[in-house]
Amino acid sequence: MSQLYSFLPMLLQGLVTTIQITVVAAVIATVVATVCGVIRYSGWWPLRAIVGIYIEIFRGTSCYVQLFWAFFVLPLLGVTLSPFAAAVVVIGLNVGSYGSEVVRGALKAVPRGQWEACVALNYSTWHKYRYVIVPQAMRLAIAPMANLMVDLLKITPLVSLVTISDLTYEAMVVRQQTGNSFATFLTILVVYFVLSSAIIAVFRRLEIHFSRGAETFATNKEAAAT
Amino acid sequence: MTGKTNLSIKAVGGTGSSQVAEFPYRETRLAQSADKQVEFRSIEKRYGHHQVLSDLSLSIKRGEKLSLIGPSGSGKTTVLRILMTLETIQGGSIWIDGKPLWHEERNGQLVKASQQHLRRQRAKIGMVFQHFNLFPHMTALENISQPQRIVLGRPRVEADVQALELLDMVGLRERAHHYPAQLSGGQKQRVAIARALAMKPEIMLFDEITSALDPELVEEVLNVLREIGRTSDMTMLLVTHEMTFAKEFSDRVLFMDGGRIVEEGEPDQLFSAPTQDRTRSFLRKIIAAGQRI
Ligand SMILES: Nc1ncnc2c1ncn2[C@@H]1O[C@H](COP(=O)(O)OP(=O)(O)OP(=O)(O)O)[C@@H](O)[C@H]1O
Ligand SMILES: [Mg+2]
Repeated sequence: MSQLYSFLPMLLQGLVTTIQITVVAAVIATVVATVCGVIRYSGWWPLRAIVGIYIEIFRGTSCYVQLFWAFFVLPLLGVTLSPFAAAVVVIGLNVGSYGSEVVRGALKAVPRGQWEACVALNYSTWHKYRYVIVPQAMRLAIAPMANLMVDLLKITPLVSLVTISDLTYEAMVVRQQTGNSFATFLTILVVYFVLSSAIIAVFRRLEIHFSRGAETFATNKEAAAT
Repeated sequence: MTGKTNLSIKAVGGTGSSQVAEFPYRETRLAQSADKQVEFRSIEKRYGHHQVLSDLSLSIKRGEKLSLIGPSGSGKTTVLRILMTLETIQGGSIWIDGKPLWHEERNGQLVKASQQHLRRQRAKIGMVFQHFNLFPHMTALENISQPQRIVLGRPRVEADVQALELLDMVGLRERAHHYPAQLSGGQKQRVAIARALAMKPEIMLFDEITSALDPELVEEVLNVLREIGRTSDMTMLLVTHEMTFAKEFSDRVLFMDGGRIVEEGEPDQLFSAPTQDRTRSFLRKIIAAGQRI
């Protein structure tokens, strides 16, 4: 066991890499999901078709294969990405493709009357989305998005395929050098669990933030105030 | 003004899924009198193959209070929704202040209205819905203040002051910081009226604004309407099932059935001496259902 301590810096280094990839890929996935979700819901049809093709490709093939393509095949076509860039772009686009369907569903769930009120009040398209539709869609999208982000964390070990030493990879190295499978795997089990709990906690906060005025939340708050 | 010219409309599509019809248009603007604020000319409206309005023509004077009555499905809501640009039309034209709603003139041709044209025309119109359609994530105050800020560009303080004054008028100042979910139906509808008024429309549309309310909440909303009718010279177009209110409130009543205007007249005449059989039988049914007229 004490032997494991000397390998702690390696594991920490791996942890930092995993967190970096998770955060950057999550940001990419969120932006992609939002933009593509809005396009899928209401875009000009050629754009909608292109986005549709992207979504089908990324949902229909595995992240493993996509990473392989980004890192080993794209250079043959003249596009060279660093391992980190390839990893976050592929994971971001992969999770983003699922996320855009979440966003589209959430937009669809905003009642018709809300859109009509925006017309009656003469909102521009941008203001309509910015102030009325997206805030309400957010509330509905956040819980499924939290699940997607936990999934995202769970696929990060694939990045060792493109020569990145993330937490899981480092753990494998440590295990080989120490022969202590139990302690190593227990350590990363706990670490991944803590990381995904942190993701859930962050999204829970966001959900509360965006639930301003929502039926259940309003009554809770009222009850708390009295 | 070019007098009588023959204009034809090139490809025109609506903003919605359906298309505005292509039609030859005979310019008759000079014939339009100045006090005619809204004009429907031979409107055709279809949902798929279902003809909802046929050859419907209607003009509304500036400041007029007009009630639309008629059986369910007769097309009353559709008339309001078309005017609010929530629905496109398949034929005919709509004119507001002598300018077409769905078309604009460019180089002597009427072409499909641009977004700017639509927004300019729409700015004159406000609408209150049967189901309120308040923004649930904003307080009553924000619901009234935000549209003024982002659509009219009013500074926050000015918009908030205006919102509070309007909340005062509808008797809800102390509810300013409540969310819609914390308000009763009647209160929500009063906030919705205040929100529409804050945009200073010249024409207000009310679509059965009391029919989603519990009976005991109807009167508080009607009182707000009475107040507006007394104090403002807005043009008001009202769809209602409250015959007593229509009679007391409006300058003119229109009876619709099957997508057409069957009869119109001053309330006293239409309610006590209707000339059409269909109007008579509709009013008889209303009375049989227990309403006083
Ligand atoms: N979006 C739609 N798609 C298809 N048909 C529709 C649509 N909206 C309305 N209709 C039909 O158009 C006709 C007129 O509807 P409208 O809502 O204008 O009637 P109304 O006079 O307001 O009736 P009510 O008193 O019940 O509100 C009805 O037959 C209705 O079924
Ligand atoms: Mg109706």
